[in-house]
Amino acid sequence: MKKGKVSILEHELVPLHKVMPEQEVTELLKRYKIKKEQLPKIKTSDPVIKEIKAKEGDVVEITRNSRTAGKFLSYRLVTK
Amino acid sequence: MVSEEREKIVRDLISSGVERAIAKEIARDFRVTELSVGRDALSAAGIADEYAEDILCMLGIEVAGEVKPCDIEIQVNGTPLPEKLKSELKSKLRVVRRMLTRDKLNSILKRVIAEYEDARVDPREAVGVVAAQSIGEPGTQMTLRTFHYAGVGAIYITLGLPRIIEIVDARKKPSTPAMKVRLQPEYASDRHKAEILAMEIEETHIKDIGKVESSADDMCILLSLNNRELEKRRITKEEVEEKIKSLDMPVDIKEDKIKIYTKNNSYHELLRLEERISNMLVKGIEGIKRAIVRKGPEGEYMLYTEGSALKKVAKIEGVDFNRTTTNNIAEIAEVLGIEAARNAIIDEMMSTLEEQGLDVDARHVTLIADAMTVDGEVKQIGRHGLAGEKTSVLSRAAFEVTVDNLLEAAIHGEVDELKGVTENVIVGQPIRLGTGAVELVAKNYGELMR
Repeated sequence: MKKGKVSILEHELVPLHKVMPEQEVTELLKRYKIKKEQLPKIKTSDPVIKEIKAKEGDVVEITRNSRTAGKFLSYRLVTK
Repeated sequence: MVSEEREKIVRDLISSGVERAIAKEIARDFRVTELSVGRDALSAAGIADEYAEDILCMLGIEVAGEVKPCDIEIQVNGTPLPEKLKSELKSKLRVVRRMLTRDKLNSILKRVIAEYEDARVDPREAVGVVAAQSIGEPGTQMTLRTFHYAGVGAIYITLGLPRIIEIVDARKKPSTPAMKVRLQPEYASDRHKAEILAMEIEETHIKDIGKVESSADDMCILLSLNNRELEKRRITKEEVEEKIKSLDMPVDIKEDKIKIYTKNNSYHELLRLEERISNMLVKGIEGIKRAIVRKGPEGEYMLYTEGSALKKVAKIEGVDFNRTTTNNIAEIAEVLGIEAARNAIIDEMMSTLEEQGLDVDARHVTLIADAMTVDGEVKQIGRHGLAGEKTSVLSRAAFEVTVDNLLEAAIHGEVDELKGVTENVIVGQPIRLGTGAVELVAKNYGELMR
């Protein structure tokens, strides 16, 4: 009773992660007047990061589900 | 009532130039109370977005100044409100649509936006302190009921304050690991199939299905299988024999008994072998001590387990992994990543608080979950985690192990910038929060000085 590999990206606890294009990152940092390093982090060893093949230094856009706001965007910097 | 409304929609559609047959089709495809005719209902009925726009416009009668469903849709979508507020606002506006005029709609929206902006946290507000107090106060009510357990059937799960502490301390393993395993539809609707699956997951050792005895006379282990248990757990004798053979020991299989001989004839080895055989896993997943079938909140059958092994359960046929969760947050972080762990912290804390009848705003819990996961790994709130990583020496010293912190800081020649709250209170300065955060700046300062 075994089945093939299941993707964790489909799990209800895992929100949508997306690697942001360079230009969007620049806009984001400008909008909040911050440096890349000030963003929350996500590790390269994170199972989702491995799955979407993001590299160190990438910024991922996360579409979180919120109890109070419905949906909102959040960002994390991929680090070692 | 409903058919009247439906008639009306058909009439409206026809009067705006839609053929009768098509109008009837549209009206039938979605629920036609005034409330539910929105973009969502249309797209649920399989109508493409570009047509939905037209239909929404058509549904209103063309009277000057009248607000049509599409007006509400478009106007609300244009506001800077969060998604959830938008959909709530839309459904409420649809109810009173007929009483609205464009002007009224505009002033309602303006008012809602103003209220929303007003309710938002001000810049430099000490949200962390507010969150701490908002969870701390109900926590005092919880202490009275601390060591009560409530569970599903015979499975016990730590609840109340001990559970909250466990989450906030980011323990590697909770004191009562448990999973909620959701099943694929065909298993979820059939109790019998769900029970077979439960047996598949629950760990079964040799000692659970038979008697293991050591006989010093023959220097062998005597294994007599219990047929009833075998049948109940759906294990065949052959499977057990296969397992025993994999030990690579001299085996003598008889009708109802299995004899396993030692290799060196030592008494010590005999005892060790008995232990080893007793604890051999015949079936199931290591770590799942029990699995029981219960009806879930949506009326489907699901499994509640004592013990947790998310990764292994994912591979079992019939398990709906996407909706399967565990209360072991460290395990979630490892298998599903940091964002899933953040969600799990929020869910676990909120359900623990709600179970105790405490109404804590989700925003406070969300802040805690955010703080615990900023660095990409689950960190505890305490001296080994968040509080221990503060930049300020005085703040760390004020929290726990004062002398150690000061000594360590002195050795390394650390400097305290006095930017936080604690350190400013210690030295007797105004804290840099709220009104203390701003300084006076004169407009056109240069001109004034001239």
